Amino acid sequence: MEQVIRTRGLTKSFGSTRALDGVDLTVGRGEVHGFLGPNGAGKSTTIRVLLGLLRKDAGEATLLDGDPWRDAVALHRRLAYVPGDVQLWPNLSGGEAIDLLGGLRGSMDHARRDELVDRFQLDPTKRCSAYSKGNRQKVAIVAGLASDVELYLLDEPTSGLDPLMETVFQDVVREITTAGGTVLLSSHILAEAESLCDTVSIIRSGRIVESGTLAALRHLTRTTIHVTTELPLDGLGRLAGVHDVRTEDAGHSARFEVEAEHLGAAVKHLGAHGVRTLTSSPPTLEELFLRHYGDELAALANGNGNSHGDDSGHGAGTGTGETGHVHGRRRRAEGSR
Amino acid sequence: MRSATATDLFAGTGRLVRLALRRDRILLPVWIASISGLAGAVVASYAATLPSEAERAVTAAFGAANPMARVFDGPASGTTLGAMSMVEAYKILAILTALMSAQAIVRHTRQDEETGRAELLGSAVVGRHARLTAALVVTLGANLVLGAAVACVLAADGLPWSGSWAAGLAVGGAGWVFAGIAALSAQVFATARGANAVAGAALGVAFLLRAVGDLLGDVADSGVEVVSAWPSWLSPLGWGQQVRPFYQDNWWISGLFLGLTATLVAGAFVLTSHRDVGSGMVPARSGPVHAPRGLPSAMGLAWRLQRGVLGVWLLGLTGFGAAFGAVGESAEDLVSGNDGVQQMLDRMAPDAGILDLYTTFLMAIIGIAAAGYTVQALLRMRAEEVTGRLEPVLATGVGRRQWLATHVVIAAAGTTTILALSGLAGGLVHAGMAGSWAGVGDLLAAALVQVPAALALGGFVVALFGLLPRWSGPLAWAALAVALVMGQLGSLLDLPQWALDISPFTHVPRVPAEAFSVTPVIWLLLAAVALGAVGFAAFRRRDLAIAA
Repeated sequence: MEQVIRTRGLTKSFGSTRALDGVDLTVGRGEVHGFLGPNGAGKSTTIRVLLGLLRKDAGEATLLDGDPWRDAVALHRRLAYVPGDVQLWPNLSGGEAIDLLGGLRGSMDHARRDELVDRFQLDPTKRCSAYSKGNRQKVAIVAGLASDVELYLLDEPTSGLDPLMETVFQDVVREITTAGGTVLLSSHILAEAESLCDTVSIIRSGRIVESGTLAALRHLTRTTIHVTTELPLDGLGRLAGVHDVRTEDAGHSARFEVEAEHLGAAVKHLGAHGVRTLTSSPPTLEELFLRHYGDELAALANGNGNSHGDDSGHGAGTGTGETGHVHGRRRRAEGSR
Repeated sequence: MRSATATDLFAGTGRLVRLALRRDRILLPVWIASISGLAGAVVASYAATLPSEAERAVTAAFGAANPMARVFDGPASGTTLGAMSMVEAYKILAILTALMSAQAIVRHTRQDEETGRAELLGSAVVGRHARLTAALVVTLGANLVLGAAVACVLAADGLPWSGSWAAGLAVGGAGWVFAGIAALSAQVFATARGANAVAGAALGVAFLLRAVGDLLGDVADSGVEVVSAWPSWLSPLGWGQQVRPFYQDNWWISGLFLGLTATLVAGAFVLTSHRDVGSGMVPARSGPVHAPRGLPSAMGLAWRLQRGVLGVWLLGLTGFGAAFGAVGESAEDLVSGNDGVQQMLDRMAPDAGILDLYTTFLMAIIGIAAAGYTVQALLRMRAEEVTGRLEPVLATGVGRRQWLATHVVIAAAGTTTILALSGLAGGLVHAGMAGSWAGVGDLLAAALVQVPAALALGGFVVALFGLLPRWSGPLAWAALAVALVMGQLGSLLDLPQWALDISPFTHVPRVPAEAFSVTPVIWLLLAAVALGAVGFAAFRRRDLAIAA
């Protein structure tokens, strides 16, 4: 697949702070690529380097087959950018700001612009100084998404939007990708990424720690199974690849997690006990995400900052606490890579 | 009940005062040290230049009779060293103090509202009046410190304590009044730029009123004192001069300063009670659904951002030029009736008439003022950058060089227009009053010859914007202040030529008092282009400041 964005070993420091520490990011044409990470992980810095607003210290970056720093202007005509916290000119009206930003890019579809103003329920006659955060964000979204371009760089575009507008936003992004556009969507709203993205990259402390299609990433983690059986369950915890078993109802009901490659064996084992009901839930993006940030959560919960717990993650038995559970997953993820 | 309400209104003032002092811990001390140091330097060099009473008596008599000295310095007040140096230095000391005070007030009131900091503070335990009160406490306090510093510096120069304190009063009193003016304008106007512009305009009017009053005044029987006419008494700068330190020490004028400051501050508090945080007194209207045709282009945007500032400066300086054009006619009349002054002027500049000298003095001031516009217009670029509004623009098809060029072109063309129109306005008004068109060309030429110097300063600002963006604001204004002091007090301070040469305005041909010379003009233009090119190159290579 043609690569629209490709970075290798991208680094950027601000004084003594290393904001990007070797970012390898690849986005293929036509993808909606989720760029996930908490505040301060380096998402916005990466996007600003890709826009030529910041100069990389080292590494490679290619955008639409051009150099983001050297070919900035030519590349910008082929892309649209929606910043996460847009600042606008206080005495321009929202409509003027949209036309200005679209006009400067040179690819605004005016019918589409009016349609989006309507769908996002934006009053374009208000001065920008009178807009709330969410309404300022709508101005940036309309100005960006009404452009007919190849690539859309969206940096936490929906911060400040209400849930209703969030839905409208997701619809509009789907329309864009249907039309063949490529989207890099940085976010920490995992539900948004989960519903929109084909592929995701998870960034942590200036490094990409996980990247791939959602399906492939799910394969790396475990499926959660809830089951009730006629015969009491035994020996579940001894099966390979089964974790965090909790049994209730004298062994007639169980909840556990199982690694993808051991799912078949686990289901076979259940079958021997007479399955009454069974639900299986694939791992959520949140769980994927927590695999990489679980140690931080654990540190926050324990208050002791033990970020590299030595929980084996195998056969943990019943009643494993939430903290250990996260640790186990993280180690499992490292082992599989 | 009532006292509880009053306490609530001012709750948190103490904390805000500490916050303001923390933010200004470098800026205000630098201002205070510079202004008081300047006062001390003027006295020291005056003592060196005119050591004897006899020499000073001749100079004082000339200063009393010479209309130029009356217009551009102030009313002569005797022959003591202290009094004469204060007559010469006061206008600069007062102008700098007024700028320090107005900016400090606006910084801690309207600018905080614009950036949204005020909202955050207002949601904490902070009363409605706390912000303005804190800004006033800090600024009025800074003026007290400044007055005391001026007094101490003058006394250290060997001048009597009584007059030194009176000089401190004259300087600090002007600072108080302009703090009051800024407090009021910060409530009325929704932007810090607007509030500062009003304070600047008030400064221009105050200077004009006292210039007219001193020009129309009479020379006292002693021959070394000017009794100013009534317009001087309408101006806070006039009051400062009427304190006449080391001559009369008119302490009662402190009552005028206090009364006007109190009235202005009371007005500001009344307005604070009647408006919302963030808004001005003039409500924002709704705007168009679609942008007008001209806006969506790099130049269209730059023009939209710059036109307001340009309009205000154009109006202000054209009016200033016209007013002084009118005053020039009276100056001419005054000299033609006084042979002694005529002879002294002839000796000063043998080839120049009174009007030529007057025009040269006037345009030196207007040239510096126009450079104030140049600096402000160029620093708008930095404001766009740090507020984060530049980021989405540079993420479109607008390149960095193109964006920079649009602002530079407008600033350069604006500077030229301001100077041309203020010279033309002065010339036309003078021509109308004198009934002769002869002087129009001279005034226009004297104005236009300032353009290369203002552009050279502008080039310096562009270079700062590229190389030292964080410091570009303070350094650009400091450069303007240095040029102002050098131009007005440089010869008096007896600075070495290399120091004077730092200011681009030192190199401006003294047209029409002296012949025009093209060489310095070419050098100034080259300096402007070279400095500008450095700024362009540096801006292309650096990271954009990212708004926090």
